[in-house]
Amino acid sequence: MEEDFRKGEECPHLLDLIPNERDWMVKEVGGGGKGFGVIEEKKLELRLGLPGSEDWPAVMGKQEEHSVESALSLGHYKLCKTSGINPSSVGAKRGFFDTVESKTEVFQQQQQQHPGFLQLQAKGKDLSPKTNGRAEQQSLERKACGSSVAHGSAAAPSRNAAGANNSSQTSRTATTPVVGWPPIRSFRRNLASTSKPSLESENGGLETAIKPENGGKGLFVKINMDGIPIGRKVDLKAYDSYEKLPLAVNELFQGLLAAQRDPLAAGNQKNPEEKPAITGLLDGNGEYTLVYEDDEGDKMLVGDVPWDMFVSMAKRLRVLKSSELSASSLLQLGAVTRKRTAAEC
Amino acid sequence: MTYFPEEVVERIFDFLATHRDRNAVSTVCKTWYRVERLSRRSVFVGNCYAVRPERVVARYPRLRSLTVKGKPHFADFNLVPHDWGGFALPWIEAAARGCPGLEELRLKRMIVFDESLELLARSFPNFKVLVLISCEGFSTDGLAAIATYCRVLRELDLQENEMEDRGPQWLSCFPDSCTSLVSLNFACLKGEVNAVSLERLVARCPNLRTLRLNRAVSVDTLSKILARAPHLVDLGTGSFTIDHRAEAYHKLINNFIKCKSLRSLSGFWDATPRCLPAVYPICGNLTGLNLSYAPAIQGADLIKLIRQCSKLQRLWVLDCIGDKGLAVVANTCKELQELRVFPSDVYGEGIAAVTEEGLVAVSSGCPKLISLLYFCHQMTNAALITVAKNCPQFTRFRLCILDPGKPDPVTNQPLDEGFGAIVQSCKDLRRLSLSGHLTDQVFLYIGMYAERLEMLSIAFAGDSDKGMVYVLNGCKNLRKLEIRDSPFGDAALLEDVGKYETMRSLWMSSCDVTLGGCKTLAAKMPRLNVEVINEMDESDELEENPSDLHRVEKMYVYRTVAGPRNDAPDFVWTL
Repeated sequence: MEEDFRKGEECPHLLDLIPNERDWMVKEVGGGGKGFGVIEEKKLELRLGLPGSEDWPAVMGKQEEHSVESALSLGHYKLCKTSGINPSSVGAKRGFFDTVESKTEVFQQQQQQHPGFLQLQAKGKDLSPKTNGRAEQQSLERKACGSSVAHGSAAAPSRNAAGANNSSQTSRTATTPVVGWPPIRSFRRNLASTSKPSLESENGGLETAIKPENGGKGLFVKINMDGIPIGRKVDLKAYDSYEKLPLAVNELFQGLLAAQRDPLAAGNQKNPEEKPAITGLLDGNGEYTLVYEDDEGDKMLVGDVPWDMFVSMAKRLRVLKSSELSASSLLQLGAVTRKRTAAEC
Repeated sequence: MTYFPEEVVERIFDFLATHRDRNAVSTVCKTWYRVERLSRRSVFVGNCYAVRPERVVARYPRLRSLTVKGKPHFADFNLVPHDWGGFALPWIEAAARGCPGLEELRLKRMIVFDESLELLARSFPNFKVLVLISCEGFSTDGLAAIATYCRVLRELDLQENEMEDRGPQWLSCFPDSCTSLVSLNFACLKGEVNAVSLERLVARCPNLRTLRLNRAVSVDTLSKILARAPHLVDLGTGSFTIDHRAEAYHKLINNFIKCKSLRSLSGFWDATPRCLPAVYPICGNLTGLNLSYAPAIQGADLIKLIRQCSKLQRLWVLDCIGDKGLAVVANTCKELQELRVFPSDVYGEGIAAVTEEGLVAVSSGCPKLISLLYFCHQMTNAALITVAKNCPQFTRFRLCILDPGKPDPVTNQPLDEGFGAIVQSCKDLRRLSLSGHLTDQVFLYIGMYAERLEMLSIAFAGDSDKGMVYVLNGCKNLRKLEIRDSPFGDAALLEDVGKYETMRSLWMSSCDVTLGGCKTLAAKMPRLNVEVINEMDESDELEENPSDLHRVEKMYVYRTVAGPRNDAPDFVWTL
């Protein structure tokens, strides 16, 4: 595999650099070896938009096609953690995603270069005619991602004032947590909220505020949407009521749905308002309705039982087209009255 | 040396203090191997799956102290599934059979069941020290067994474990005849304990020097305990809220004053600023202070407290101390060796509590600083370079900029130069954690300069495989490498497969390594366990037949002489 890697070309540069640079000669090391510096720059450029196939180290290496494909999958991964391969709570994806966006934006200012997100879409289109099923899947994901990527970059400038004002970045990314970040133990995460002046010490403040007997584990259930081949996972423990769940579902599938409906338009920079939001999941008014499967395999409407009971019962979620709710397997739902009682709180 | 009687050789070996030295002499010749193994009292197993417990016990039958570590470090941040592994039972069972003289057991990040604790308690008549750090799987019932059956127990130290609370009676299981306790730490316990039992236990253990209470213990009980145990050296308070006008408050202060030996304070759950003056009388003697569980104590009050702690060597605080507070630390705590600043507002909307300024201040004011864990909202290259110049003696440097991938806010540059200065200046650096925006360049520096580096943590850093390769090529003493969310793939992974046998372990998650790359590694290196942790269900549409091109979400590679483990759950594939 080694023969395909660029490592061979670059070795002389590295070996030259290492023994010579013993003192702290920062600039020389960084810029020494013109080729090295140039390659670094190129890498930076490419990182912004898309790993161009000719410069990206060919990981799988054997064929040009393969390298483009995997390069794209790498690029896809880097820019967009919304792949179904990575199960994570909703917040996680956005957090990393926003971070990359902010980095991109900073580099924009430095290098006066528009991120090659459009390039990203172009490559996606190039691949789609390929009969390789994997390429199709990847390009589908990428297009979906592309629309949300575009969404992110369009939204970012409006949220950030011009200039590298990183403190606002902090506030923006800080509200969307990345899994396992920052690297602190669970009990520290909730210290501020669980610390009370009163002597109430139900859980000793060392567990997350959610449910002590669970050890603070997340409860990830799979969620699939009609017509979308890629499933997701959602962490029910991250919410404490039915309020936030539909928003989360919307986050998970909005981009995919838009891409599904209009793959060609996914390349344009869309504002979030242009992409149809998935609404009315719980009240029966929307195009889609949220149902869940309980531990007996029955399909039930989401929202009928108190939240805590729902969390303990739900094994899987589905986002179904409301028009199909009359299908035979769901007849029982029609009979269930849509009570909106304490379930809403 | 072969003409020396073995007893003499054994005596000579007694002078060897470190595990490394003893391991080394055991490889010299058969005689030395035999002498060493029969006289070995203490064994450290850094990875419980690197060797079978039976082998350890067979080799060292006279073992008195055993330390075993289980899950990879990133398990602390929920990156490793709870049931990944690291079970203590096989170790306890093997020791029960082979080393009846065992006196001390220290476990970190392992799954310990109540049955294991019970077996432990019953199997070793001389058992003295139990330390459980970041473990889980047990409850207060297991503690009850320890309390009941370990007649000469000296140390019960529970640090940051996830344990189930089944009631307070465990503490009462210490028999009246138990007077040997020197150290008792149950700070991580969630539930109540019986105050009377606790006071009586403390009263009958004259050698008690370390006592760390949990949040459920009231200040009233604390006060009584202090009165009974004025010779305490290390105290973790329980809930530290008290009406500062009440009589009880004055009693508390008086009891604190009597504790002339007190050198370390922690706990302070729910502490409010008005209560802090209770400890002022003893601040002057403190060498250790942990206020990181007290978010209600803000900058000004922290400053007032710290101004009185001139002998402090170890300080753990929340970032509400602020840069100003850190400046006070720099002026006051000239003996400071270890500083940890934790984030108080993790999903922070805003006020940057500590920045690079605080760190620079501490680095210039505290000449003995060698260990740092610092969570901040921003860092600059200039600051890091200054810190590197001020403190060339760092052995542990862990910097966490809360916003992943954030560059130097002043110059918009990556932090390569700053961290590069750290590794170049701190020649004894053994542990390093990186954060902020970093390119492959920083790894070039690390490979070049960090010769003593043993543990490196990387997150959201690097541009290409070159980064990881620099590290693998350069850091000769690297033992643990953990990487998340960085663009390192198969090329880097397979660059130098022999390297991993010189290391304890490698963790990579959310990187670009593929299943094919992992399989190749596993095929080339039979003495490594290459574990792919795959948390998807089988029925997930995308996962029917993962191809070799499929990117691996979590991978854990470690050297082992035990072969693939037989207790791996379904979602862990050992290739």
